[in-house]
Amino acid sequence: MKKLTMKCSTRMDLLTYGAVILAYVVLLVLRDGGHLSRSLTGQLVPICCYVSMAVSLNLTVGILGELSLGHAGFMSVGAFSGVIAAMSLQSAIPAAPLRLAVAMLVGAGTAAVAGVLIGTPVLRLRGDYLAIVTLAFGEIIKELVNCLLVGWDSHGLHLALNLTGNKTIADLGLEADGIAIIKGAQGSAGVTTIATFTAGFLLVMITLFVVLNLRSSRAGRAIMALRDNAIAAESVGLDLTRYKMMAFVTSAALAGAAGALYGLNFSSLQATKFDFNTSILILVFVVLGGLGNMLGSIVAAAALTILPEALRSFADYRMLVYAIVLILVMLLTNDPTLRAYRDRILAALSGKRPGKEAL
Amino acid sequence: MEFLSYLISGVSLGSVYAIIALGYTMVYGIAKMLNFAHGDVIMVGGYISFCAISYLGLPSIVAVLLAMLVCTVLGVVIEGLAYRPLRSAPSLAVLITAIGVSYLLQNAALLLWGAGGKSYPSVVSGALQLFGGQLSISYASILTVAVCLVIMAALSAFISGSKLGKAMRACSEDKGAAQLMGINVNATISLTFAIGSALAAVAGVLLCSSYPTLMPTTGSMPGIKAFTAAVFGGIGSIPGAFLGGLLLGIIEALAKAYISTSLANSIVFAVLIVVLLVRPAGLLGKYVPEKV
Repeated sequence: MKKLTMKCSTRMDLLTYGAVILAYVVLLVLRDGGHLSRSLTGQLVPICCYVSMAVSLNLTVGILGELSLGHAGFMSVGAFSGVIAAMSLQSAIPAAPLRLAVAMLVGAGTAAVAGVLIGTPVLRLRGDYLAIVTLAFGEIIKELVNCLLVGWDSHGLHLALNLTGNKTIADLGLEADGIAIIKGAQGSAGVTTIATFTAGFLLVMITLFVVLNLRSSRAGRAIMALRDNAIAAESVGLDLTRYKMMAFVTSAALAGAAGALYGLNFSSLQATKFDFNTSILILVFVVLGGLGNMLGSIVAAAALTILPEALRSFADYRMLVYAIVLILVMLLTNDPTLRAYRDRILAALSGKRPGKEAL
Repeated sequence: MEFLSYLISGVSLGSVYAIIALGYTMVYGIAKMLNFAHGDVIMVGGYISFCAISYLGLPSIVAVLLAMLVCTVLGVVIEGLAYRPLRSAPSLAVLITAIGVSYLLQNAALLLWGAGGKSYPSVVSGALQLFGGQLSISYASILTVAVCLVIMAALSAFISGSKLGKAMRACSEDKGAAQLMGINVNATISLTFAIGSALAAVAGVLLCSSYPTLMPTTGSMPGIKAFTAAVFGGIGSIPGAFLGGLLLGIIEALAKAYISTSLANSIVFAVLIVVLLVRPAGLLGKYVPEKV
């Protein structure tokens, strides 16, 4: 008698993959049948980006156990490097899907480099201090990109940093055939949008594959051991810096790929899109979905991206309702009194007596 | 002379950060939570005093007192409804709730007062001319610095001298032990929120007197900066918040003047990162090594 039943975690992982595939197929059928509203169709790629942002942040927050408030910074790095790559390779790689893949790889690569640069100082700190430094890096990235001028012509890439605030794209000295890719505070403009829903789906699947496999690997167990008790884990010989760095950089790279897809979904994009509020938004997805629970992150990211759209009939009140929903969900899942009520109602619905092993 | 005027504007901005940072650091010290909604309480304080001055025609001192009263009530209500039920919940859950409260305040302000910027009537106007007009210091900045010093002195005396202050220190050391000694922990935490929110109202008035555009998002960036200042000085430490706020304001003003306007915030944050790498618990914070 070998293993007849799968391990619980494997079953959960398969369920997660299955849910994503099912959602993709259903949405594809609905979209091609014209049953989706225009605004929702436009949201499909951003939803995929936010889903993989949430899953990758869950790696840092849920599995590594460090609070990051600057995840949007990596998305920004990925988005703008991806846009630069896609725009400069326009003639070299005419096939859009291939160019998109290359751009996403470039985005992931640059974000990974940024992850190493940021992770080296950040991971030496602990708790709230670590959180505030990730926030600081997120803001620094935003301001640097805001000063960035990038153009491309037959001589290659031209870069400049607009520190004084009075340089323009003309100062790059582009040839007549040149194109301006990033214009400082105006961000990227005139980008050929090559992002597709299928690419988004593949991105989510790859992100899930990387994160779930990392979690169940030897390295993943080491990372979780460090999360639960760093001193005990170090005393049995686990290399703290190495494993923390591995999780942090993987998370950054995945965010970069998501950013590249996001950047190539809009013809123009400003650096201020990836500010502190975006980092917080993604953190909300992760916490609401449950720390370490990837399916939860996916559902929360998709639901909370659609929710403001679905509340459009409330117009002015929709963000207010969003805030109230957020507070109520947190209270409902964490307040001991409300939780007891909820458990009793759930138990009554399923016809069982409440038991301690329920959660 | 130019340098001096930049320095003075930095000290004035830093004083506002210090007042806000005091609120952050007190709440963190006692409830061990990052109150992200603190920045938005500043904004509410700004709007209340704006309405009192512009619509009701009240004198500015009454307007400030009214703003403090409303913000104090607001702070205590927020704590009671949103944070108290989560006392035993994981800190991330509390953080997200605080973010929810922050969104709620911002959007409520958006509905009540609209998205457009309101031009704030300064509480004090005019400027002090020194060195035959070469150096002009606005009365608003002098008032800001003076108010900050008074608040700082009063708060230090309250925390170290009074019985309630002692209770607050006891709660921040060990809530369980404090409760066993007969201290009402919930009431003490409410008091901390009340003081922090009243300070936020003052900060809102002072901030709007120096930077007179009032919007629903007015509070968020100063809030983040003040939080940075609190961490910079060592979160949980009251002199640390004062020092951190002041230094942050000065660095920001000088960076804006001499290095780059568009990178001023980055420079502030870069200094924070360097300081935290050298002193991982902030300038005046106590570093508690992890024990087995």
